Amino acid sequence: MALLQIAEPGQAAAPHEHRLAAGIDLGTTNSLVAAVRSGQAKTLPDAQGRHLLPSVVRYTQDGVIVGHEAREAAASDPLNTIASAKRLIGRPVSDIKSLGGSLPYEFVDQDSSVPRIRTVSGDVSPMEVSAEILRVLAHRAEETLGGELSGVVITVPAYFDDAQRQATKDAARLAGLNVFRLLNEPTAAAVAYGLDRGADGVHAIFDLGGGTFDISILRLNRGVFEVMSTGGDSALGGDDFDQAIAEWIMDQAGIADDADHKVLRQLMQDARRAKEVLSDAEVAELDIAIPGDGRWQGSIDRETFNRLADPLIRKTISACRRALRDADISADEVREVVMVGGSTRMPRVREKVGDFFGRAPLVDIDPDKVVALGAAIQADVLAGNKPDDEILLLDVTPLSLGLETMGGLVEKLIPRNTTIPVARAQEFTTFKDGQTAMAIHVLQGEREMVEHCRSLARFELRGIPPMVAGAARIRVTFRVDADGLLNVEAEELSQGVRAQVTVKPSYGLTDEEISGMLQASYEHAEQDMQERKLAEARVEGMRVVEALQAALASDGDRLLSNDERKPIETALEQLNQAIAGNDADAIEEQAKNVEKVCEFYVERRMNSGIQEAMAGHNINEFE
Amino acid sequence: MFDLSKNHFELFGLPVDFIVDGEALAERYRELQRVVHPDRYANASNQEQRISLQQATRINEAFETLKNPVSRAQYLLSLHGIDMQAEKETTRDTAFLMEQLELREALEKARDADDPQAVLDELMDRISSMIRTQVAQMAIHFEDPSPTNLQAARESVRKMQFLNKLLAEAESLEAELEDML
Repeated sequence: MALLQIAEPGQAAAPHEHRLAAGIDLGTTNSLVAAVRSGQAKTLPDAQGRHLLPSVVRYTQDGVIVGHEAREAAASDPLNTIASAKRLIGRPVSDIKSLGGSLPYEFVDQDSSVPRIRTVSGDVSPMEVSAEILRVLAHRAEETLGGELSGVVITVPAYFDDAQRQATKDAARLAGLNVFRLLNEPTAAAVAYGLDRGADGVHAIFDLGGGTFDISILRLNRGVFEVMSTGGDSALGGDDFDQAIAEWIMDQAGIADDADHKVLRQLMQDARRAKEVLSDAEVAELDIAIPGDGRWQGSIDRETFNRLADPLIRKTISACRRALRDADISADEVREVVMVGGSTRMPRVREKVGDFFGRAPLVDIDPDKVVALGAAIQADVLAGNKPDDEILLLDVTPLSLGLETMGGLVEKLIPRNTTIPVARAQEFTTFKDGQTAMAIHVLQGEREMVEHCRSLARFELRGIPPMVAGAARIRVTFRVDADGLLNVEAEELSQGVRAQVTVKPSYGLTDEEISGMLQASYEHAEQDMQERKLAEARVEGMRVVEALQAALASDGDRLLSNDERKPIETALEQLNQAIAGNDADAIEEQAKNVEKVCEFYVERRMNSGIQEAMAGHNINEFE
Repeated sequence: MFDLSKNHFELFGLPVDFIVDGEALAERYRELQRVVHPDRYANASNQEQRISLQQATRINEAFETLKNPVSRAQYLLSLHGIDMQAEKETTRDTAFLMEQLELREALEKARDADDPQAVLDELMDRISSMIRTQVAQMAIHFEDPSPTNLQAARESVRKMQFLNKLLAEAESLEAELEDML
């Protein structure tokens, strides 16, 4: 009887309640919102029928304007109109300062690690600007779908680091949204494309947007989207091509770098228009406002533009090559190359990508919409509307995660392109006798030295019971969840002293350093090796110095005569001097010298120790 | 749900052996992730989400370990009670070490060769073939896991670590050369 009763009275097996969910593509230039309706993913237009929302926010004394109207005002009110906030989000002030010259905003000087822009309605952070865009899109979705959203999926560049991801999630929270998941843009594109075409096998998604570039290699297998590798540059996109044209025009028209904000803003828009014209035409005519109310007329042809574009495109091809290597496959094993992002409309980009992969890339899907569509499909799945659905996304971490160890070196705990979620633990020990605290410095990047990686967080494990150096066992665990967000925990194993941190952005590197991190790890392999060697030599040298100083303090007076002690002190001083210098070989040599000079002292100490131990036993055992 | 006390091989329903059917492993990996992945629990309770996260993490770890021959061999050794200090152990096979030295020198010289790519290609092919040889030998050692054979497998792991490191260096040099084009 009970076996037939499939639902408790009052809990009737009602048809599954459909939860409203949306996918949001928060882009550098434009943003979109999409949702699955009647089984079909579709982008949602505004009241005027426009699908794209320019990612531009204008702050006025009367309130906030988002989208088309804000974009129109960009040239007339540059300081209060924020575009491309995605290029700033999750980056520390130090990074923004290096970008500052090319950004027409007024940054507030302050100590906070989050940059703030001064506007007529107060200071705003890039996170708040993004939140305004998200709010408008979520509102559009709720109006169209007729109800409150249970949650959203927001896409981020695959190459976004932890701080940028965290900041994006915080922006969504600021907009009052429940984030089901942060989804990597190329993965979202693969989902929309793959399901639409019933694609199978290895695919490359080449995603060049307004301000970011990603390349992801995925294996599609009956609804499972497995990312094999990802690479890119979170500071390379269409904006950079505009910038290259703008600089060319300034050169031709004789406009100085320090021309006022309005002229430069207008120039960037003219440069963008020229780039777009050149996607179809051979020549773009230019009619440019120059300082002093004059105008400059000229033209730019495709050949000139290609010359300006090629260095930027070359960077994307290098990233493709590395992604293939990381995935351990060759270009001819890639079944299709899918082009995503508005900047892939440039014929030169298509041509060069085609050359590299040895096949014409697919350009027949709408490069602006496909990411939002994929996000909508995933949002629908995560909302629980398709309980039997077979879709599964397995993504990876784009950059290696590690810890600072002695000598400014980075010990990698989780290498790049590891499938998430992932947890890795490693044990470390104390360096000094009686050490009761340990600083944990979390880093992201591929290089070997701390100063070349992005600093994500610093925290301290305190209350380690005093022990001799090397006796404590400190286990540091890194966990990356399905959003790609990192959580770090440190624990002293013998006493269970814990310290935990969810990584938050902290001060880091300059912009060029971050964007070039991966690339540089290859270019500077040799320099790194030398720096590493020096750092290691210093660590080893310091160990010798500290051990010897501790020994001298404990029994130097008792075991050594003044004459015996003098050469030891001299050798120690020479080693200290070598450590202060930059010559690894000299440090090693001086360390060896100390060991040689101290040989007799070490023996004497050991004998003394044995005698003491024996003395303790003698009384009981031999009497 | 599955039993957390199972070893990695049992987790994927595979025989405890060095030779692994890669296709079957990948297929079962996907099957397990379909069940436990956090995306399946986006609406579930915090506790379920936590368990899902733990299990998905564990499956990723197990898959990663079994996919790669070196980590698979180390894991198998640990199941046989041999816990390698992988990073710290080194082979004492003089002939092998001499060969490593020679390969390393060749790699250094490749940078200045007339056709560095050709030199690198040849070197990488040579290293890859040495790795394949070690993998084949490991398979034989694990066939009959006597104490002697297990020690031999351990020695193979030590050598493979050398070779993998060398291959990684060759690859990073190749990337560097490509960037200079």
